[in-house]
Amino acid sequence: MRATTIDRAQGAHPLLVALAAWFVPGAGHLWTGQRSKGLIFLLVLPAMFATGLAIDGRIFPFEPQQPLVALAALADLGIGLPYFIARAMGAGAGAVLSVSYEHGNTFIIVAGLLNLLVACDAWDIAAGKK
Amino acid sequence: MRSHFALLVLFSAFVSIVFAVLMRDEVKAQAAFGARLFGAFVVGAIVAGWLMLPFPW
Repeated sequence: MRATTIDRAQGAHPLLVALAAWFVPGAGHLWTGQRSKGLIFLLVLPAMFATGLAIDGRIFPFEPQQPLVALAALADLGIGLPYFIARAMGAGAGAVLSVSYEHGNTFIIVAGLLNLLVACDAWDIAAGKK
Repeated sequence: MRSHFALLVLFSAFVSIVFAVLMRDEVKAQAAFGARLFGAFVVGAIVAGWLMLPFPW
């Protein structure tokens, strides 16, 4: 199992694996042969992002004059493809008067940050460090 | 779903699953680590909420 993972990882450039892992949650682990981990990330991270949207969370815009909002926007972008799908569908407007608005923001932001962490892990696997 | 506690439990579950899968390789170790993490999240949040109870703001 481990030999297979390393063999597969050696065939791919770590940057490509990390980019794939960012764009599609779990894709980096699937690419490097860690199928069960990849499938779990593929299910859990978009589900967390979608939950955030469903409970009135907001996808923050890039506003450089408001550094905290810009950082939140970067974290939102961390989820990859689901972010672009949500933007294309017009989701993520946020409802600031909703009781779960802040919870939704937290779900969306943390889903993005977790996906970035998963992408870093995929990078390490592809580079043979794990 | 608008219950703060239910959202806390759901958030804890999502984060615990991801960290457990990320940091452990064996299924048994993932389950044990995930359960511990989940418990720490939920209990920690309840304790923190209880400690903040006396503060009016």
